[in-house]
Order: sequence, then C-alpha cells, then structure tokens
Amino acid sequence: MFVLQQPIPNLGDLLIGFLLVVLGLTLFIQGLGMALFPIGETMAYAFARKGSLWWLLAFAFALGFGTTIAEPALIAVAEKAAIAAAQGGAIDNSDSVRDSYAFALRLTVGLSVGIAIVAGVFRIIKGWPVQYFIIGGYAGVVAMTTIAPAGIIGIAYDSGGVTTSTITVPLVTALGVGLASSIKGRNPMLDGFGLIAFASLTPIIFVMAFGILY
Amino acid sequence: MNWLTMIFDTLRDTVLDVVPIVSIVFGFQVFVIRKPIPQLRTVIIGLSYVLLGMALFLVGLEKALFPLGTLMAEQLTDPAFLSASDGLFDQPLGWPDYFWVYLFALSIGFSTTIAEPALIAVAIKANEVSAGAIGVWGLRVAVAVGVALGIALGTFRIVNGTPLYFYIIAGYVIVLIQTLYAPRLIIPLAYDSGGVTTSTVTVPLVTALGLGLATNVPDRSPLMDGFGLIAFASLFPIISVMAYAQLSEWRSRRNAE
Repeated sequence: MFVLQQPIPNLGDLLIGFLLVVLGLTLFIQGLGMALFPIGETMAYAFARKGSLWWLLAFAFALGFGTTIAEPALIAVAEKAAIAAAQGGAIDNSDSVRDSYAFALRLTVGLSVGIAIVAGVFRIIKGWPVQYFIIGGYAGVVAMTTIAPAGIIGIAYDSGGVTTSTITVPLVTALGVGLASSIKGRNPMLDGFGLIAFASLTPIIFVMAFGILY
Repeated sequence: MNWLTMIFDTLRDTVLDVVPIVSIVFGFQVFVIRKPIPQLRTVIIGLSYVLLGMALFLVGLEKALFPLGTLMAEQLTDPAFLSASDGLFDQPLGWPDYFWVYLFALSIGFSTTIAEPALIAVAIKANEVSAGAIGVWGLRVAVAVGVALGIALGTFRIVNGTPLYFYIIAGYVIVLIQTLYAPRLIIPLAYDSGGVTTSTVTVPLVTALGLGLATNVPDRSPLMDGFGLIAFASLFPIISVMAYAQLSEWRSRRNAE
C-alpha cells in the first residue's frame, strides 16, 4: 500500500478472507487431535502389534503414492512445468503432449514419495540414523544435477517441496512417531521424525531422472 | 461469486482430495488390520472439522490473500515500477533496484509459513513428543525465519542470474556441517521442517513471484529461472531450525557455567 501507492482492492473481502483463514486454522487444529493424529498412531500401533512388516510397508507405499498423485499443489506445478517445457521446446506444444508430460511427471513424483515412505518406515524399524540417508540423498541430488538437462533442475527442486500436503503431513508424522514409540529401543524424537524429509528429497532425484529419460 | 457457494465448492474439492487418503487408511483398517477403529465417532467428527477448516482456510486465501499477493508480486516486478523507484529511467536495472521485491519475499515467506497448517501439526507433535522442550511457537518462528531468508535469497538469485544448483549445493554443505554439531535430537525434526513448509499457502504465491520475476527481468527465462524458489523455501528452514537448537543449547550451557 505504501510502496506501490495504490489502494488495496476490496478491503472488505480482505477482512472476511482473513477471518475465514483464522477460523479455518482453528477448526483444522481442533480436528488434528481428534482425527488425523489418532488415525496415524492407531495404524502404527496396530501394524506393530500385528508384526507384519510387509503389510506395513505396503501401507507406507500406498499412503505415499496415493496421497501424492492426487495432490493439488503437485498437479498445479506439473501443469506449469509442462507449459514451461513446451515453451522451451523440450516437448511439442500441444494439449495432449503437455497433458501426458504432466501426468508422467505426477506419476514419477508419486512413485518417488511411495518409495520414500517405505524407506523411511524401514529406517524407523531398524533405528538407523536419519542423517546418513539424507546426506546420501543430497549426494544423489548433486550427482543428478550435473547430468540432468538444465530445464528440469528448477522443476525437480520445486517438486520436492510440493509433495507433502496438509492432510498427509500430520498423518505421516503421527505414523512415524507412533511406530517409534511402539517399538522397543526407539526414541520417538530421534526415530519418529524424518519421514517428511525423505518424502521431500526423493522426488528431486526422481524428477531429474525423469528429465534425463523423457 | 457468493461466499457461501465458494465455501461449498471448496469443501467439495477438499473432500474429493482426501478420498484417496481416507480410502487407503480405511481399506487397510478393514481388510488388513481387521479391527474396528477406536472412537470412530470422534474420528469422524474430527475429520469433518479438518475438512471444513481446510475449506474455510482455502476460501479465505483464495478470495482475499492470493489476489492481493499475486497482484503485489506482479506490480513489484513490473519494470515500470522498478525503474520509477530509483528515478533513473534510462539506466539498466541492477540488483539493488529490486529492493522491494526482496522485502516482499521476506514478508511473504514469513507470514505464509506462520499460517501453514502442516507446520502447525508438526510443531504440536514435536512439542508433545519432546515433553514441552520444543515450543510450538519457537519452532514455527524458526522455520518461518528460514523460509523468509530462503525466498528472499531465491529472488536475489533470479535477479542476479547465478545458477540454482550453486546455492542449493552450498546450502547442503551448511546442513552437512550443522548436522555434525547440532544437538542429535533436533536433526530429524529439522530435516522434516524443510518438507512441511511448502504446501497449501506458500506454493501458489511463491511460484507466482518466481515466474513473474523471471518473465520481467531481462535475459531470464521462466523455464530456467522461474522455478527453484520452493527449493530455497525447503532448504533454509533446515538450517534455521538447527541454528535455533544450537543457539538454545549454547545459551543454556552458558547459563550453567
């Protein structure tokens, strides 16, 4: 307002919007403790008691893949990436080519998040320190950056950030913390967190691989 | 559009978005775990709170804050505004001319992160697990500072034109060094806070800022330079959260002496 020296359009709408944001957040936080946290924890305890590693890993993959593929933020970025790729001449600029590019990109990211949650859950069970994986992942990112086409790098780095949605994060965090507290010898603080970090790192590597192969 | 119809439409979209998650969770619960969900009533009520909350939150953003944010991003990156602000119309723009863009990036990074629902969730969980040692607000502010600095530096990079990977790799090296010295218990949480910062709120605004900037700055292409801001927003909170933990550890050690 002061910098641009232009009036803010619709001050009334702005106020109502702000009110809705605050009200929405309050409801969301209320619902977190009633639904999303208990669901994640109950699932973790149930799988730990059942003692079936394969079902747990299958659940982890389904959760990662299923929630990412339908993620609106990812859909938006994939569409923008397809438009940018078409303008840059990397792919043909037609609707069908762009759509299939965007869909393939979403599939790639979904797959990478599924694999990330599986690896992260496996790490919690084994109690391996998270930093080895993350630093290994960084090394992978750096290595891929040197061979990936320049046009895909920015999109790849961004796709790591968009994968973890508002609903998935509480669920996955509660799952990790729940698993770490139900397995003997695991510290919820040290072993329970880290799933989100995995889920934001693997897409970067996978999307750059996608850029090399596509 | 009417507020109520907009809330209703957004609610329907939000419900559709969570269908895959809900069906996966309930599918596994019914077919694999084969046990009834404890306190099903509370869970269903809580889930409807989450959905309604998300819908109101998104409508509020879309109706009021996004138009303002994208409008400001467009106006601030407009060459006419940029060259008017220093009074030198005929000289080419240098990186200091984008001062307001950096300031806007700082404030948008900070405020959107404070309002990020996913971050609030992780902060509540971390507070619970650490038995209060990690404050909900402390973590949120630490992450928000990281995102603000990250996005500001990211806009500087677009203006300046240095390659993205140069900054990202430098950031990785800092994270690596901090990992060696930071308190062990904070490390997984710090890594996680990198991933939660960028969902509903930050992504659309930041992408608009990046693409607008890359379109308006001479010699930048939206494809090569427009993306990458989100990467900054997910890397810098890792650094700031570890720094926050290192700082509080250092302070408590100094007080103990």
